[in-house]
Amino acid sequence: MKEHITKEQVEHIAWLARIKLTEEEKEKFTVMFNDILNYFRKIDEIETGNIEYTSYSIQIKNVMRDDLVRPSLSPEEALKNAPKKEKNFIKAPRMV
Amino acid sequence: MPTLYELTAYELRSRLSAGDISAEELMFSLLERIERVEGDIKSYITLQKDEAINEAQKIDKHLKNSKKKGHLMGIPIAIKDNICTQNIRTTCGSKMLENYIPPFNATVIERILKEGGIIIGKTNMDEFAMGSSTETSFYGITHNPWNLDYVVGGSSGGSGAAITADEAILALGSDTGGSIRCPASFCNATGIKVTYGLISRYGLVSYACSLEQIGPLTKDIRDCALLLNILIGYDPYDSTTLQLPKKDYLKSLSTEIRGIKIGVPQEFLGEGTDEAVSKAIWDAIYLLETYGATYSEISLPLINYAVPCYYIIAMSEASSNLARYDGIRYGHRIEKDEGEWNEVFSEDRLAFGPEVRRRIMLGTYALSAGYYDMYYLKALKIRTLLRKQFEDQFKSFDILVGPTMPTIPFKIGEKIFDPLSMYMSDIDTVIANITGMPALSIPCGFSNGLPIGLQLSGNFLSEEILLAVAHKFQQETDFHKKKPLLE
Repeated sequence: MKEHITKEQVEHIAWLARIKLTEEEKEKFTVMFNDILNYFRKIDEIETGNIEYTSYSIQIKNVMRDDLVRPSLSPEEALKNAPKKEKNFIKAPRMV
Repeated sequence: MPTLYELTAYELRSRLSAGDISAEELMFSLLERIERVEGDIKSYITLQKDEAINEAQKIDKHLKNSKKKGHLMGIPIAIKDNICTQNIRTTCGSKMLENYIPPFNATVIERILKEGGIIIGKTNMDEFAMGSSTETSFYGITHNPWNLDYVVGGSSGGSGAAITADEAILALGSDTGGSIRCPASFCNATGIKVTYGLISRYGLVSYACSLEQIGPLTKDIRDCALLLNILIGYDPYDSTTLQLPKKDYLKSLSTEIRGIKIGVPQEFLGEGTDEAVSKAIWDAIYLLETYGATYSEISLPLINYAVPCYYIIAMSEASSNLARYDGIRYGHRIEKDEGEWNEVFSEDRLAFGPEVRRRIMLGTYALSAGYYDMYYLKALKIRTLLRKQFEDQFKSFDILVGPTMPTIPFKIGEKIFDPLSMYMSDIDTVIANITGMPALSIPCGFSNGLPIGLQLSGNFLSEEILLAVAHKFQQETDFHKKKPLLE
């Protein structure tokens, strides 16, 4: 079976997806991903050259509405599920 | 004389509004049933017993004092746990949302409550609706009421089981690649995924937004129609909902089906389909023939590419949709979070189970530079071809018929460590999500004491004919009335 993805690539996409993996998981996922991607590549058998792509099954144009003030959640309700907060702010880890 | 909890919503509705029974009586009958069987089946993640009794009492007062009556007055309904319910925990089957209590209702919930429906609980599901067996839930496995060693299907497995085990009168599921129809098939329930855009997705926790629709899981097709009448309609909160004139789906049940043309794609009965399943499907087709339908066997070779096409699209959309789980505004947050944002973020996301992580990472890969054209864009082009192939078929045929699932339910644990074989079991269901067309599943037989589902699929907005054919089938057969012995 052709190797579609290397362990280093798995590490890279795990980083892009912000999912921490253990060494053991990196090995396991590499084997499994190769297996799955090998199956996915079955789609190579279909010639798709200039065919248009379909991202939604219905044709939607921009749907606009008037920009009106409407009743909405109070700050308390909106913040109710935030694991860490202070006053009316959400507390996040440091960025830099 | 059947016990109250055994009746359909349609039957209960007239008895409730006539005052023959009270909503409270019905609620107690159902809650006692849940008490007796839930320990074995585990349909629910969260039950709302006290709240449901309170609501039932309120409805009874309303029924006595007011002329204005909703269409679901006093009917208990189970809700899949990825549909937001105000002040009722909504976990999505994940540790990530273990403590998430939505401050708002999904549009479908608003509509159900407005008609007097009563939420009895939130049902178990594969984590983030990613699975075909309800084995990936953080809250445990739901067991098939027909044989506790077998899976209920997924991802709306708890809703399917609740209907079959008589733990709910009506249930809501969601269907991204067969997640309503698969448990309908595996549990002997009736379920439909409607045309994309008919039912609002506002308040449905997103997995793959171009593919999924909320829909009913019920005891028969009449209850499906009853619930569709309430669920379907334009919603300003979901810009993908269609603006169409209102239809009465209960009325369309009696549409004449004589003369309808059925297509039977051989790929739906191809390699990997159980012999017993094939036989049950053919028996159903011959039966439809006696009602005046005609059928032709056809070949749609693109069906063989539907599973990889579906999974590439679904995983790509999932990787983007699930990026929102950073543990900041809601969801799981690690205790020790003094580290830098990206580190904390990466650890918060360990609250995802293995299948969810797998799909996020593969989706990230399919969308990443250098692979985008090869996977995601290619899959979207095949989507165009599939849609065209099916649209062409519906110039000659009114409906297409085949099995919902290629096999009867498999054993718990049999496929969970082999994701690829789990994915492949979705071969017959994913098409409707890729094309956006409607499809439903109804019971049509048993093998080894486990149910088989018949799938009817049609062109865009062909729900009425699908419902009519299913209704005729259920009038002439009693597969859907068969119940497992649980007590």
